[in-house]
Amino acid sequence: MLDVQSIRQDFPILARKVNGNPLVYLDNAATTQKPRQVIRTLVDFYQQHNANVHRGVHTLSIESTDLYEEARAKVQRFINAPVPESVIWTRNTSESINLVAYTWARANLQAGDNVVTTAMEHHSNIVPWQQLTRQACAELRYIPVDDDGLLQMDAAANLIDERTRLVAATHVSNVLGSITPIHHLTRLAHSAGAVIMVDAAQSVPHMPVDVQAIDCDFLAFSAHKMLGPTGIGVLYARPELLDAMPPFMYGGDMIIEVTYEDARWNDLPYKFEAGTPNIADAIATGAAVDYLSNLGMENVQEHERQITEYALRRIREVEAVTVFGPHDASLKGGVVSFVHGNIHPHDLGTALDRMGIAIRTGHHCAMPLVRSYGVVAAARASFYIYNTKEEVDLLVDGILEVERYFAHAGAK
Amino acid sequence: MRALSELDELYEEIILDHYRNPRNNRELDAPDLEIEADNPFCGDEIKIQLKFEDDRAAGVSVAGRGCAISQSSASLLAELSQGRTREEMKNSVTLVRRMMRGEELSDSELDDLGDLEALRGVRKYPVRIKCALLSWVALEDMLDDYPAARQQVSER
Repeated sequence: MLDVQSIRQDFPILARKVNGNPLVYLDNAATTQKPRQVIRTLVDFYQQHNANVHRGVHTLSIESTDLYEEARAKVQRFINAPVPESVIWTRNTSESINLVAYTWARANLQAGDNVVTTAMEHHSNIVPWQQLTRQACAELRYIPVDDDGLLQMDAAANLIDERTRLVAATHVSNVLGSITPIHHLTRLAHSAGAVIMVDAAQSVPHMPVDVQAIDCDFLAFSAHKMLGPTGIGVLYARPELLDAMPPFMYGGDMIIEVTYEDARWNDLPYKFEAGTPNIADAIATGAAVDYLSNLGMENVQEHERQITEYALRRIREVEAVTVFGPHDASLKGGVVSFVHGNIHPHDLGTALDRMGIAIRTGHHCAMPLVRSYGVVAAARASFYIYNTKEEVDLLVDGILEVERYFAHAGAK
Repeated sequence: MRALSELDELYEEIILDHYRNPRNNRELDAPDLEIEADNPFCGDEIKIQLKFEDDRAAGVSVAGRGCAISQSSASLLAELSQGRTREEMKNSVTLVRRMMRGEELSDSELDDLGDLEALRGVRKYPVRIKCALLSWVALEDMLDDYPAARQQVSER
């Protein structure tokens, strides 16, 4: 189990007050806070090692190159990727997905083909496929979600057919928290001859993820949702696929030889890392991976399951609240989305903020899904390693207090 | 409830009253102008209809769904616009914008805004200013597009 009190000591921001109250940070699905180990790594890099990578013969350049590649190897081990060069640094999950869309999909998608995604995707895993399928005169299909917020796998088996080139699915929904039966989906994709891309933005930070066990072809995630800095993300891809794919961006570092007439592409992974990369943030991502590895991802998952189970029970005690997604914590990640019958999510969010409680309100970058529940916006509490049951209690007490406020305010 | 009493500035009595009992939210038959608007950031929706008689708004309907700020602001708009000319309505849009920017308004300008002054507390919550302005921006767009918008409605 996690020693949450000692973990909290590692996060300087948790000591601050918001509007006069101790911060209760429950917006972890949007971004997580950073431990001092990650912050220190960033500062250390700029103070001690800063130089460009892969080009200098001087000491600092060698150090920064080593640190940069060491961070890649840490990520490789963290997701059990077969080789370091199957890990490509990007800006974030969105860029990782776009990389696959603009290179692999553009080269492989033909008129009459289809891409299969799910009804519970983040916009970042819908919009690229809408554009790509439109350009290729291909079809975009959505695996529906049932009333409990779970993917309808029998429908998936029908939607994925011999014209399916790609299945692009979230591993954990950022709204419902639902966990996709990803091994099952991978088998369906592969037996149809399709490749599968997993949006792991909400899974890699929260549970053990093994890309070889899943047997996925592509997997994307962002560092900032797992204690790391913003502006850095990862695309894992099977090396054979990367070899066959054209580059995404052209420029320095991604070439091996340039003449005035032509250029030859560099080896993996550099073929996909044009220009000076985000060196410091990549290295700090390595520190975030170290931090999570030390805790153990099984422990992280179990902690979140306990908090989520408690939160589901407590929040549903509020009569006017409706919770979306599975009510069984073992079927979902640490995300609880809900609406209150009498208070709009934005009013609730503003009022909770007065008490120092940070939740997300709005469409959560999943407009079609949120609308399918007949609402225009929802409130969401999402948990991480430093959250406690006491914070869940503060949230529930807060909701009740806001209820009382709106019941009496204006009726004075 | 120390923390929440600070909210009184944002959720004035008038605001909550308009939120709970929106004015003029019944759809008009054969409106001269009509516009739908939404705030993609939070999903709030609003629909405004106007019917003119002798260049004055004889019928105003505003309906939608969303937070207390966007919906009460829309209801106040419906109440205020009743009987006004296009120029007068555009003038109140300007006043509401200026109020949200924190500018001092003269006594006669405040008179012109009437109950809308209750929205002044929104200024302290910058992310909510968009909620307050949603219906006003829509009204402005609709009036700017006049008479093209009028044409569109009559062609249906």
